[in-house]
Amino acid sequence: MPEITIKLTIDDMEIEVDPGTSVLQAAEQMGIEIPRFCYHDKLSVSGNCRMCLVELEGHPAEPVASCCLACEEGMVVKTNTEMVNKERRGVMELMLANHPLDCPICDQAGECDLQDQAFAYGSDRTRFHENKLAVPEKNFGPLIGTAMTRCINCTRCIRFLGEIAGAPALGQINRGEDTEIGTYVYQNIKSELSGNLIDICPVGALTSKPYKFRARKWEFKRTESIDIHDALGCNIRIDSRGREVMRILPRLNEDINESWIDDRVRFSCDGLKYLRLDRPYIRNESSGKLKEASWEEAFNVITAKLKDVKASEIAALAGNMVDIEAMSAMKDLMLALGCPNIDCRTDGSQMNTADRASYLFNSTIAGIDKTDAIVLIGTNPRRDATMLNARIFRNWRERGVPVYLIGQPANLTYPYEHIGTSPKDIEDFAKKKLKAKKPMMIIGADIFLREDALAIHALLHRTAEKLGVVKDDWNGFNILHKAASRVGGLDIGFLPQKDGKSFNEIIAGTKDGGIKALFLLGADEFNARVNIGWQTFVIYQGHHGDYGAKRADVVLPSAAYTEKNGWYVNTEGRPQIARKAVSPPGQAREDWAIIRALSEYLLSAPLPYNTLGELRSRIKKEWPIFKNMFLITPAKWSLYKNKGKILEDDFVLPSHNYYLNDAICRASPTMGECAKSFGDAGIEQKEKDAA
Amino acid sequence: MDKIVRIFFPTELLKGFSLTLKYFLFKPRVTINYPYEKGPVSHRFRGEHALRRYPNGEERCIACKLCEAICPAQAITIEAEPDKVGARRTTRYDIDMTKCIFCGLCQEACPVDAIVEGANFEFAKETREELFYNKQKLLENGDKWEAQLAANMEQG
Repeated sequence: MPEITIKLTIDDMEIEVDPGTSVLQAAEQMGIEIPRFCYHDKLSVSGNCRMCLVELEGHPAEPVASCCLACEEGMVVKTNTEMVNKERRGVMELMLANHPLDCPICDQAGECDLQDQAFAYGSDRTRFHENKLAVPEKNFGPLIGTAMTRCINCTRCIRFLGEIAGAPALGQINRGEDTEIGTYVYQNIKSELSGNLIDICPVGALTSKPYKFRARKWEFKRTESIDIHDALGCNIRIDSRGREVMRILPRLNEDINESWIDDRVRFSCDGLKYLRLDRPYIRNESSGKLKEASWEEAFNVITAKLKDVKASEIAALAGNMVDIEAMSAMKDLMLALGCPNIDCRTDGSQMNTADRASYLFNSTIAGIDKTDAIVLIGTNPRRDATMLNARIFRNWRERGVPVYLIGQPANLTYPYEHIGTSPKDIEDFAKKKLKAKKPMMIIGADIFLREDALAIHALLHRTAEKLGVVKDDWNGFNILHKAASRVGGLDIGFLPQKDGKSFNEIIAGTKDGGIKALFLLGADEFNARVNIGWQTFVIYQGHHGDYGAKRADVVLPSAAYTEKNGWYVNTEGRPQIARKAVSPPGQAREDWAIIRALSEYLLSAPLPYNTLGELRSRIKKEWPIFKNMFLITPAKWSLYKNKGKILEDDFVLPSHNYYLNDAICRASPTMGECAKSFGDAGIEQKEKDAA
Repeated sequence: MDKIVRIFFPTELLKGFSLTLKYFLFKPRVTINYPYEKGPVSHRFRGEHALRRYPNGEERCIACKLCEAICPAQAITIEAEPDKVGARRTTRYDIDMTKCIFCGLCQEACPVDAIVEGANFEFAKETREELFYNKQKLLENGDKWEAQLAANMEQG
């Protein structure tokens, strides 16, 4: 089919655009900026702010709103004439008539669309001398602060909740000058994406409650980084002042998170301030309490303890937020000690790790936009990967993509057909013919916690081939991981080596004496105090005083994800870089550097790298996927066979709270507040609304 | 001829002495007996800083941070938080007086006339540390000088 394009003239320049493009978008492609409030690239067009007015030739009487004017052949548009400017000044004057003059106390000041555009189109005096309207404040929960008097009724928030978040909580109430945005019945905004309302609000009507009055936009150092609370690796921008992370904002990445992030990513940053480990600790053997120590003392204690332990009695576990460099260094250290017991699957899962395609999200996250049927198996994407859930919602809404679910029913944002809850239902479903051309299976990582995980994995492979999920040009076999470090750990083989013990065996070993010394590299996913046997010597290296540190005999303080340069691989197999925004607190150091320093005590020849660069080039040499940073190296599909017996148990989702999922979240007062108000995302919600 | 007269009769000397005598005996004195006497100070004089309050005792400063942003010497440091009633207030307002260049941009930037530079120029200290003013010191300054500061603001 030949491509049809439309030719039009904007400000005496010709441009060709695709049909359906609005004049505002066409102008944007040419680099002409048209002011706007209600228009947003990712939302539907509402055309109510009237700021984007342009002049259309042959239409001299009145200007036209360019955001909802589709381009037509031969159209001649002018964006910068006297009439246009006069009309825009008029629109601005009306908007400012009721807008309070409280920029000095408004958190939006400095990044406010209205402020910026009032500079260009606003008058320095008003002709409106009546009393300004005041709109009552709303209580939208612990995250969104309101100052509804500042609202200009652009309806971006209403459209966002309806079209992206799938939680249509807001609406416009009343008419005329009494129009206001609200929930009608007082209630919290129950969406895990509610933080994005703060970003899309063009004025200061919806602001961040935890960040309220704390800082100004112009004070920040901006660092482009990635998030590590789930396995998607959402792209974020860390705004820091001095040594403190003040807030986290989304960064546009069409392939992963588009321009949104979920609340856990955005608001958990205050957890980085509390319960931090800022110096090494050693447990006093007589009193049983942790005592402050120097690095040298800590290393000496470790050396003395490990001297009497056989290499096969040592083990290392890497937690959910550990970077590639640290895991790689730890693996090198363990192999140099001759210890095969390493594992990065601290939830105790088992899966086929022989080929990459069987543990990646092969279709890529952007692949959801191409698929025509989605089968969710044993997962609750709303809780495990909120941004992915938002993308499924958008595709269901825009294209009507059918969603099937096998496993525990969940409270998702879109309707789905519930097939069943047991492995047998997968077999039955595989017999059905899906009419879809590019179907995809999204398999939750929790499935692999079962005893028969490997047999299930083989069953899923068979099902994928039967349903036509894997084809020559399409691989819709997707594992949805939950831990940021997991795919990276599997990629670099932070797994039991020859004759090595896996997570469950290591934990059992601590109780029967098979494991005498255990390294916990940021492993806070399980309750170490309960699960690890009392006679095992535990070394915890991490950034928060959470489960691991409570059980540890030696605590080594390390840097959190905002405090180090680290690589992570997301669930698609996309290596990404997290960058250092602030320095680690106190004596805490970067993880790989601690392991390198410890190797000088434990090994006759220390690990062969002195800088992060040297370590990284070593990783690149060994695992070539890291040569293409930010890009996906496609994995080759091969059928996995396992003759293990499949149990008949139902698939269950482990109970953990979305808002309290990791050590950073558990340390964050805001997240605690959220868990109290919202319960858990995607699980039956306990209604605890503000009266 | 002139030259010879000037050599033998030192008229310049006499002229000089007479000028001195004139100011000594007949003209009003121009020097003042500082610190017992002080010269006049303009109402726009940019001296020591002060943070003002409203007549009801409420702090004027709303922590908008415009003074911090405009300060060319970066002498001001502010941290803010909502106070008990949820109003925007500073928890920290520091001026490093050793950095300050007394340009007066802070008081021009202030939308609520909270930070002002008063008429006081006599705040020499013995140590550097005493010149690191905090919020308490600035508010005390404000309370001490309020009458004069308010009068200065009146005059514009």
